[in-house]
Amino acid sequence: MNLAVTIPYWGQSLLRVLGGTVAVLLPAGTIVYLFLFKMMSFMQSRLGPMEAGPYGSMQLFAEVGKWLQKEDITPARADKRVFRAAPLIVLVSTFLLVAVVPFGPDAYFTQFDAGIFYMLAVSSISTLGILMAGWSSANKYSLLGGLRAAGQLIAYELPMVLSVLGVVIQAGTMNLQTIVLKQNSDSIFGFDGLGYPYIATQFVGFLVFMIAVQAELTQTPFDMPIAESELVSGYMTEYSGFRFLIFFIAEFATAGVFALIASVLFLGGWGIPFSWFGWDSVDSIDNWMNVAGPLVMITKMMVLAGIIMWVRFSYPRFREDQLQRFAWKVLIPVSLINIMLTAIFKVAF
Amino acid sequence: MTDIADRQKLSYIAAQAADARLNVELETEGMTLNIGPQHPATHGTLRIIVRLDGEQVIWAEPSAGYMHRGYEKLTEVRTFPQVTALVNRIDWLGSFANEVPFILAAEKLMEIEAPPRAQHIRTILFELSRIANVSLFLGDLGVQLGAVTPVFMAFRDREHVLNLIESVTGGRFHPNFDRIGGLKDDLPAGFITECKQVMKKLRNFCDEMEDLLFGNEIFQSRLRGIGVIPAEVAKQYGLSGANLRASGVDWDLRRDQSLPLAYDKVEWKVWTHPDGDSFARCWIRLQETREATKIVDQLLDTMPAGPVMAKVPRIIKVPEGEAWVSTENPLGEMGYYVVSKGDLGPFRVKIRSASFNNVSIVPWVLRGVYVPDVISILASLYFILGDIDR
Repeated sequence: MNLAVTIPYWGQSLLRVLGGTVAVLLPAGTIVYLFLFKMMSFMQSRLGPMEAGPYGSMQLFAEVGKWLQKEDITPARADKRVFRAAPLIVLVSTFLLVAVVPFGPDAYFTQFDAGIFYMLAVSSISTLGILMAGWSSANKYSLLGGLRAAGQLIAYELPMVLSVLGVVIQAGTMNLQTIVLKQNSDSIFGFDGLGYPYIATQFVGFLVFMIAVQAELTQTPFDMPIAESELVSGYMTEYSGFRFLIFFIAEFATAGVFALIASVLFLGGWGIPFSWFGWDSVDSIDNWMNVAGPLVMITKMMVLAGIIMWVRFSYPRFREDQLQRFAWKVLIPVSLINIMLTAIFKVAF
Repeated sequence: MTDIADRQKLSYIAAQAADARLNVELETEGMTLNIGPQHPATHGTLRIIVRLDGEQVIWAEPSAGYMHRGYEKLTEVRTFPQVTALVNRIDWLGSFANEVPFILAAEKLMEIEAPPRAQHIRTILFELSRIANVSLFLGDLGVQLGAVTPVFMAFRDREHVLNLIESVTGGRFHPNFDRIGGLKDDLPAGFITECKQVMKKLRNFCDEMEDLLFGNEIFQSRLRGIGVIPAEVAKQYGLSGANLRASGVDWDLRRDQSLPLAYDKVEWKVWTHPDGDSFARCWIRLQETREATKIVDQLLDTMPAGPVMAKVPRIIKVPEGEAWVSTENPLGEMGYYVVSKGDLGPFRVKIRSASFNNVSIVPWVLRGVYVPDVISILASLYFILGDIDR
């Protein structure tokens, strides 16, 4: 990127993060939130939000306004500092996660070669926040919820890592930007009209990844830690006001971010197949892709987030032991076999 | 039967033994968890005290009475026709069904019988309130297990039934429509065709529920083999209704006793299930909703002509005597023991409501299950707080 003034690397990164947050995350959050709420309302034969703004489009702002007005209650017997910090940690994990996601040839916050490694490491920080929230609330329901969450998130971290490994083996890199470029410039058996999205060969990996994401997000059918009809929202029980809002935003934002990551890993990310425009290398990509890329990404993310929510609103939830059994006895063996097959094909062809 | 002091002693001993077991085997502290009185799974204000070892329940005790409204006492200062306005608030989801056994008991004491058309309409409304009640159960079951969508479908389709009830009685939840000797009014014009359409919709709803919930693997794995109640135990605790039939006991008061209701004029099946687990209880209710729609359809076809009110005096004085009438309500057996001294109002009314007995099995059935199963078992036992506390 050539600019009139020379900006040091840290300055560039800061600008990217701030600009990205304002330009990408806020509108994307609003659109995704509205889209998901409308979608699930139609699934449940109702209209959903209609009052705030035209066709309920300002619902997110209305809700933020409502939650900000509420009193921020800390239970008397809670561990106050931990209790207050917990939602922030969960939200920070979401923002750290979005930092590595590329949105276009130059439109990325940061890119480095350990991208996937970083992503997997950062995504488990939210576990810490949830455990903190559950433990410090001085509430038995919260405690049960927090413990369940910790057990579940650790169990599902593993199939997630293993399912991503298939992509890493195929791409030969852990850099998310390079993975996108490879998917859009490669060809399937000489046919390059579609690029080579890894979902074609890593379909099993994709399924395992999406199931693990569902569990990481503690969405139904894996929402044992929240279980509003049973643990009365688990670790969130004691939260109110803007701290609850932060949990709430983090829940939706993380769903969006994981959908972004899934689309980068399996669906070709921001790219459109390079053969369409005759691009052959990174440098020959036209500049307008920096604007079109985020739109392509958000479209793919909406589809994936839609699937996540679709499953969420049509399935009942697993019991804790069934959930663990599913992770250890089904998902992990399946993804191990997937890695083995991928490695064999990689070496053979 | 042990008296109350003895039972308290026994439950204290059980709690102590549970603690002792914990400390010896695992050297961990148990945790007492109050499920309720304010908890989404208790449909109101039932409090269940459970002692947990990790997430396993080692001892549980329901504590009812947070919503006791004293209906038995209140009936003593009401006249007979006024009582129906009280009692249809007992099981608030199927209110009309609460009125019927009381009115039948009063009619039994007065030795009058409602004309055939009134009996038909009574039975139709009785079954409609069963459908309204149980269809909401099916949706609520989904919510308890984490599936949000079924409850919206249940509310959507229950609305049709409530509209029907409203078109006849003027009230959606508290009809207060049954009278000693018959009914307040005849059916409105166009009711029969409309009702038939709604019954078709309800059958579709049942199919939808079967697809969405009962066929779901997660749903089945959550409910099958959980909370098994053998037939003997179910009888000992006095369970009734679908909870009893799910344990394989073929017992249905609609078929087994001859009341002045129109059940003997229609063809229908009493479903039983051999398993006795939570899934069986839910499945029985699903089938019963279907049977109820069939009963209503047939009753609409065979509706006799005639008046809807027998000849009763303007001021109702019920002769001296005692009567017990119970019917198969949506939640189970509901009965009234009415004692009259020949006054305008009853001398004493004893209300036997189904949920109170159904919940009494909770300490037995919850022992040894996990916390998530507590919720699914409570949901499948299906109680309504008004029906427990009266």
